[in-house]
Amino acid sequence: MTDTIIHVALLLLLPPLLLGVINKTKARFAGRVGAPLLQAYFDIAKLARKGRVLSGTTTWVFRAGPAVSFSAVAAAGLLIPFGSLGAPISFAGDLILFAYLFGLARFFTTTAALDTGSAFEGMGASREVAFSCLSEPALFFAFLVLAKLSGSLSLVEMLRVSPDWFASGAAAPLILVSLGLFVILLAETCRIPVDDPNTHLELTMIHEAMVLDHGGPLLGTVLYASSLKLFVLVAVLAKVIVPFRTGRAWLDWPIFVGETLALAAVIGVLESVMARLKMRRVPYLLVSAILFCGSGLILLVR
Amino acid sequence: MLVLIAMALSAVSGLPGIFMARASAGGQRAACGLMCAAALAGLTGACMGLRPGLAGSCAFPWPAAGNAMIGLDALSAFFLVPVFLFGGLGSIYGLGYWPQERHPGSARKLQAFWGLAVAGMGLLLVGKHALAFMLGWEIMALSAFFLITAEDRESESRRAGFIYLIATHLGTLTLFGMFALWRWATGSFALEPIAAEAADIGALNALFFLALVGFGLKAGVMPLHFWLPGAHANAPSHVSAMLSGVMLKMGIYGLVRFLFLLPAPPASWGGLVLGLGALSGLLGVVFAIGQHDIKRLLAYHSIENIGIILMGLGLAMLGRSAGRDDWLVLGLGGCLLHVWNHSLFKSLLFLGAGSVVRGARTRRIDLLGGLARSMPWTAAMFLVGAVAICGLPPLNGFVSELLVYLGLFGTAAIPGGKVSAAVVAAPILAMIGALALACFVKVYGIVFLGSPRRPDSVPAPESPACMLAPMLFLAGCCVAIGCAAALLGPPLDSAIAAASSALPRELPRVAALAPLTAVSIASGSAIAVIASIAAFQGLRARRVRRAPTWDCGYASPDPRMQYTASSFARTIESMFAWALRPRERVPLIEGPFPQSASMESHVDDAVLDRLIVPAARWTQRLFGWFRRFQQGLTQHYILYVLVALALLLGTLIPFGDLISRLFER
Repeated sequence: MTDTIIHVALLLLLPPLLLGVINKTKARFAGRVGAPLLQAYFDIAKLARKGRVLSGTTTWVFRAGPAVSFSAVAAAGLLIPFGSLGAPISFAGDLILFAYLFGLARFFTTTAALDTGSAFEGMGASREVAFSCLSEPALFFAFLVLAKLSGSLSLVEMLRVSPDWFASGAAAPLILVSLGLFVILLAETCRIPVDDPNTHLELTMIHEAMVLDHGGPLLGTVLYASSLKLFVLVAVLAKVIVPFRTGRAWLDWPIFVGETLALAAVIGVLESVMARLKMRRVPYLLVSAILFCGSGLILLVR
Repeated sequence: MLVLIAMALSAVSGLPGIFMARASAGGQRAACGLMCAAALAGLTGACMGLRPGLAGSCAFPWPAAGNAMIGLDALSAFFLVPVFLFGGLGSIYGLGYWPQERHPGSARKLQAFWGLAVAGMGLLLVGKHALAFMLGWEIMALSAFFLITAEDRESESRRAGFIYLIATHLGTLTLFGMFALWRWATGSFALEPIAAEAADIGALNALFFLALVGFGLKAGVMPLHFWLPGAHANAPSHVSAMLSGVMLKMGIYGLVRFLFLLPAPPASWGGLVLGLGALSGLLGVVFAIGQHDIKRLLAYHSIENIGIILMGLGLAMLGRSAGRDDWLVLGLGGCLLHVWNHSLFKSLLFLGAGSVVRGARTRRIDLLGGLARSMPWTAAMFLVGAVAICGLPPLNGFVSELLVYLGLFGTAAIPGGKVSAAVVAAPILAMIGALALACFVKVYGIVFLGSPRRPDSVPAPESPACMLAPMLFLAGCCVAIGCAAALLGPPLDSAIAAASSALPRELPRVAALAPLTAVSIASGSAIAVIASIAAFQGLRARRVRRAPTWDCGYASPDPRMQYTASSFARTIESMFAWALRPRERVPLIEGPFPQSASMESHVDDAVLDRLIVPAARWTQRLFGWFRRFQQGLTQHYILYVLVALALLLGTLIPFGDLISRLFER
């Protein structure tokens, strides 16, 4: 019970901090002081207090979009084990529910974007759905490797990466899968080099272009949901690349939080040293993610 | 017995209309009433048949054919449920969509053949003898021809109808071949499992391929799908819904029934079916993305879903040959459940598309837009169908795809570190899911959201209640199956047991292998959470200011500036250009002040337009050479007869002798 409460509290409270860490890292790299670490919390609180302006062409689908995608991502977060213990919800086959909950979020984000009738938002939605066609197979290849290694179909078991696996020749597949998962993370959360979360008015945008017409509490929900998505995917990656656990809950929770923040800092560094790829190049990056995870599977069963 | 009564009722449902006056609506109402009664009786009978351990069979002594013509087992009952459900719902929909007053010429014909088609499918499903099976098959196939060509004044409809007729006859011919071979191999026409020692592998292979081609033509498996998009697009919408939701499944029924009667399938059969399924699924959805006609697009999606169903079936066959009961149960369970699910959400989507076509009077997606304002109910129902067909969690599509996924992941867990090649199908299925999502975001976003793309047109009116009620019912079924997945275990178990009755052992239960309870709890709570958030937002409704779409500060947004279906699909079209080969008309933009320009792209069918039609034209040109002999003069024909006679007589002359004698001298 305590673990569930800690899990839900972490899931709901920690995500905006990751955005703060990424932005702080980027600011330091650029030689600036940067916004405070808690800036994303302030932004969400400010947006929640604002009034609402809706486009005249929109329907209830537009208002449902942020709410549904937030609920879907939060539900996906309940399936992932944080710390050393299990997840609040876990059953054999929950990995498919996890992947499809992200699909549900995507469906409603993109339909809400099309609801405004704006060309920019249509463009963003079109790219979002097109690129996800390549990141989904990569994710399933990664899941296949983890399922094969753990012999289980529940995320709690699959992400309990143990040092014994390295003895059985699992190190190389795990490294490949981590690389693939990292690319999926960057693509799904719309970070550099796939997308640039800072610019809003470019024709080359994906996620930010889709939410141009959201304002006030709706924009706050969108911001919160996207940070939540980042946190959930970072948590998956952290479980895969750091296999060592102490076994004591009071120690494992802080270690887990530290891991996620460190990964956020890594993303910040990457965003500082790289430029965004040309839009035509993004599919190649995603295909490379499929190749990483697919070769991981081949290495595992060779 | 109830099923037989239902079949009889539906077969005669069109008769009162034929004898009534052209203008009166009474015949249609009577037919609808009879169909609803038939649906109730048939559904009750089918549900009774689904109870475990109940297989009724009544023998009809027929001197030519022997006994046991008809029998109901759980597999037949499982497929009967969508037939009768949609037979009733579709005829209610037809009252509003195809009323007698507006279509005095074709409505009576449509009613009569609708009932006949339902009765034919019923006969096919309960037939336990090749004769009854083929009788039902042909009644269904020919009624479908008349249903497709309801609008026989349109040349498009006639063309689609004839292509369908050719395809279905090809299929029937193949099935005749299969049954002849069946009789030769087993000694009877009864549909009983073949004993393992009764036939050699060559005959079994031939039976397998004949069944695959014959039933695959009806089901619309990828290289054999060429009749499907045209027929679905040009038929009246409730007929499209029946064709896609119910009739394609008869091909699947045939495959499931016959492939499980064949003994000891080699692994290559399962692999072939799985591969065909993956191909149909992937290419079906990719071609769907390229379509700009809402009904053609939905038709290609049927090919995709048939692909998913076949992936389940292929997995089940692999499991049968490898002796892995978990693959068999999960694969066949996913296949059968997807049959139900697809018939629910695809009928729902076609009925929704019918509402759109009736209101907006066009099928072209690029001319539509903003229909959610004037048709709120249709829009909401279509959204349910779209979410369900993408296989997204709270609804029914997710449950069946979950079963197939679990089975495919199971193929990764062969002891000894090995992996079956079938695992590659899991990422392909994921890709199919993502592409289907892209496609339905496109349809829903372009057709129902945004603002109307033809600003001069009057808003499309909402459909009458008799069209909305069937849609509401189907949407309710989609939600119910998503939330009550745990209740589906027993009917699936009995259908799987009936299909694989030839296996000597007891199969594990679906509920023991798949987390159906967990999924139903998760889906139910997800719907509850979303509903409560919606209620919360509705209660807290603050003053909302309405403003035009911001569009990055553009002063006067125009509906024509919206993204169109072509532009939305272009990114994915370019990724799959190797398969789609879109014909694009891209404007050349020159100078600082370009003139008005427009861009459009079309995707032709890969098999029909790029293979069959050119091949037919080529054959025609080749044989055109023979036309020179066809002059129309009687004297010429007599000359031909004479020449032929002379040549034939010439064969009687012993040339060898003549020549040898020539040299001996």
